[in-house]
Amino acid sequence: MKRKRQKPKEAGSRKENLTRRDFLKGASVAVSSGLLITEAHAASPPTGSDAVAGPGPVPITLRVNGKPHKLNLEPRVTLLDALRDHLDLTGAKKVCDRGVCGACTVILDDKPVYACNLLAIQAEGHNIVTIEGLSQDGQLHPVMTAFVEHDAQQCGFCTPGFVVACKAFLDKHPNPTFDEVEEGLGGNLCRCGTYVGVRQAVLEAAKSMKGGKANA
Amino acid sequence: MPKCKYDWPETGERKLIGKRISRIDGPIKASGKAKYTFDVNLPGMLYGKILRSPYAHAKITALDTSAAESTPGVKAVRKIQDVGKEIQWAGDEIVAVAAESEDIARDALDKIKIEFEQLPHLVHEEDLSKAGDHAKAAGTEKSGDPDKAFSDPDVVISEGYYGMAVITHCCLESHGSVAEWTGPDTLKTYFSTQNVSGIPGEVGEALRQAGIDVKNNNIETICQYIGGGFGSKFGADRWGIENARLAKIAGRPVKLLLERDMDLEVAGARPSSYAKIKVAAKKDGTIVAWQSDSWGTGGPAGATMPPIPYVFTGIPNKVTRHTSVSTNTGPARAWRAPTHPQAALLTWAALDDLAAKLNMDPLEFFSKNADLAGERADVYRQELRKAAELIDWKKNWRPRGHQTPSSIKRGLGISLHTWGGRGHNSNCNVNIHPDGSVEVNLGSQDLGTGTRTVINIVAAETLGLPLEAIAVNIGDSKYPNDGASGGSTTVGGVSASTRRGCVDALDQLFAAVAPGLGVPADQLIAAAGKIQAKADSSKSLTWKQACAKLGVKTIQVTGKHPGPCSLGSSGVGGVEMADVSVDTETGIVKINKMVCAQDCGLIIDIKTAESQCYGALIMGISYALFEQKIMDDATGRMLNPNMEFYKLAGIGDIGELVVHMMTGPGYDERGTIGLGEPPVISPGAAISNAVANALGVRVPTLPITPEKVLAALEKGGGA
Repeated sequence: MKRKRQKPKEAGSRKENLTRRDFLKGASVAVSSGLLITEAHAASPPTGSDAVAGPGPVPITLRVNGKPHKLNLEPRVTLLDALRDHLDLTGAKKVCDRGVCGACTVILDDKPVYACNLLAIQAEGHNIVTIEGLSQDGQLHPVMTAFVEHDAQQCGFCTPGFVVACKAFLDKHPNPTFDEVEEGLGGNLCRCGTYVGVRQAVLEAAKSMKGGKANA
Repeated sequence: MPKCKYDWPETGERKLIGKRISRIDGPIKASGKAKYTFDVNLPGMLYGKILRSPYAHAKITALDTSAAESTPGVKAVRKIQDVGKEIQWAGDEIVAVAAESEDIARDALDKIKIEFEQLPHLVHEEDLSKAGDHAKAAGTEKSGDPDKAFSDPDVVISEGYYGMAVITHCCLESHGSVAEWTGPDTLKTYFSTQNVSGIPGEVGEALRQAGIDVKNNNIETICQYIGGGFGSKFGADRWGIENARLAKIAGRPVKLLLERDMDLEVAGARPSSYAKIKVAAKKDGTIVAWQSDSWGTGGPAGATMPPIPYVFTGIPNKVTRHTSVSTNTGPARAWRAPTHPQAALLTWAALDDLAAKLNMDPLEFFSKNADLAGERADVYRQELRKAAELIDWKKNWRPRGHQTPSSIKRGLGISLHTWGGRGHNSNCNVNIHPDGSVEVNLGSQDLGTGTRTVINIVAAETLGLPLEAIAVNIGDSKYPNDGASGGSTTVGGVSASTRRGCVDALDQLFAAVAPGLGVPADQLIAAAGKIQAKADSSKSLTWKQACAKLGVKTIQVTGKHPGPCSLGSSGVGGVEMADVSVDTETGIVKINKMVCAQDCGLIIDIKTAESQCYGALIMGISYALFEQKIMDDATGRMLNPNMEFYKLAGIGDIGELVVHMMTGPGYDERGTIGLGEPPVISPGAAISNAVANALGVRVPTLPITPEKVLAALEKGGGA
């Protein structure tokens, strides 16, 4: 099986990118490869858009949480499987495995992306930050602290994806309104029903990350 | 009445119980470090996958796995069902494969040659006339004289059709396990399970039947964290047994977690329920008669009748007739509060339509008839009042069909519910060590409800210690046997066994330090990290000093439930109300606000208790508006086995949610009662009634999709 390298799809923000719900609304949107190509932010693939890799394993280097990791992976391996199965970074979860639920959200060059919807080879040359990279030396990230305080988690399976999406959202929206939170986190789904806590946690984290009061 | 030894501390004495405490495993979950079954990676681990039937009803006529077996990287292949077997639902397991990677396992499945003889299937049940011999009469019950009651010229009668579709559990962590044979006859299994203590026995029995000699006590099951269960993860499942067998054949650990499509198609289903219902009340609103003809499916085994009429069981004249429809769809599993959401919708929708026909405010109508709920009538009246206040019913409610010029119509709706929630059998091993450390060990599990936190609170409260002084160990079958977490039975079980174990352990500590303190053991108390004389706080030892008196001997005690002293009970009420806006041009229903007034006896942790209710409201909004397992007549397959078309509510779909826990006198005395099920029962009915109030017509079935709203408007009239 040969796959062309494609640009990553962005997760998380609803306004600026195509999300599940937008997709459902827009019946005319065609999906051919299972990957939705959005804005042209991501860097060009290193070997040009027509390059073909595989089908056998190819050497790649993934830069994850500031450290390079040399891997030998088939081109069909997703970024999510590379992180979980080859680097034992299991914070990002495999749930829908097709870019809908956000449980696998990681940050790629400051943008949240669905790691299940990206091939590992597409992530080469990018800075990848996973949930494991957000807590340093055992210190919880302020978003994590707010999630604990506002009980924004039950089973916790969607939580790492939500925390990463919230972090990326707050980086862009340091003073979010309630409505912006609902818009911005629309790309992550929870089954236990923790959204009430999540809404409060995001607003609280916005405050604590600035060391002051939020506008919301 | 003499105070019983293990009784919960009095209200004023509680330091932790009933307070607002963050779940103790919050940090490890929020930081992504919690290891779920899906996250277990073992050295040399293989990946398991299963070939499944593409047909809903078929006989296997040919099966050749040789090409899969010779695929490089494939380490084990097992035929689960062979030639001649009749398959009853699409997605049923046929061959299991273990390989070096998921992709190789998938490639191997593609190489399996299999042929089927297709047989006729039925995957739809809503139209009972098309069910043929799949429909079986499942009982009639009658009390009073319904015929006479309905023929009374002075009663008002309402008739309608109501129902809700089959939905799936959609746990975010799919079902599955990791199996590792650590010796020729010792098996370590990691299961995503609600039943840590029960899995070894089930797996052992199945393996022995398959000729693999392994004793139950050589099987360990571990589940530290589980990504959702909701009733669908009690058993090991055939794929869990097969995974242990693959690992045995391969001689290496195997991870087999279901893919999302199969998790939705075969690993979870809540039975549907449909009914034609006739109800009657006197002109003053007194309900006098009920008649229902219900049917539903939960797959091959059909579906039992929901408990209707629900809550108002005291309706004097009633007749219920039920038909069970077997379908060629993935089998039903217990779904949070089995049969109750269905019962609530059928009952409250029918009675809400009756209230509308009587031109009565449903709040007044339900309050007036609350005595039909029997012994909990007063609880319901209190909760109706509280919920009405929180949603500002008096101000916001308008009679049905109230005309506003806007195309957006607003409506309010009510639902009531009930559940048991008595604590299950539980065993808690409490260890107090001479160095002052304390462990409480239970073969229980935390589904995300806060079980770990509840155990910690009860132990810390009882021993007079801070939360962090106690290590809570659960999620491993090596700990004392505990019940499965289902039916809201966990909190009652683990809180009581922990309380009893800690009281007894403390007694032993008191006995050890009493002589040195010169105070009789029964005059000692544990509080604020000290052991001290009740009457003289100067006679005290710190916890550490006290434990040091144990010398080299660790106190080991087992606390049990059931046991002496009543620490919990059974039976709760609960009322929920919904405020919705419906766009009559698009058919879209928007939740403005939902409120929940819920009792559950003595609440151990108010924070996680409220989270259960918030979560239940959201899950309820999801099944009321979005969720349905959509089956295809032609292929017999599920059309939406994925998360873009099997829709869950998102963060922007929920509106404002308000939860009020009923606590204090009259509630706390009931002791602990489970909470997982009750609040998820009512949202469907409350939302359906709110939509009917907004539109003036009933959208008869859940989910209330835009398409159904527009159809109901076009049809007009009553239900």
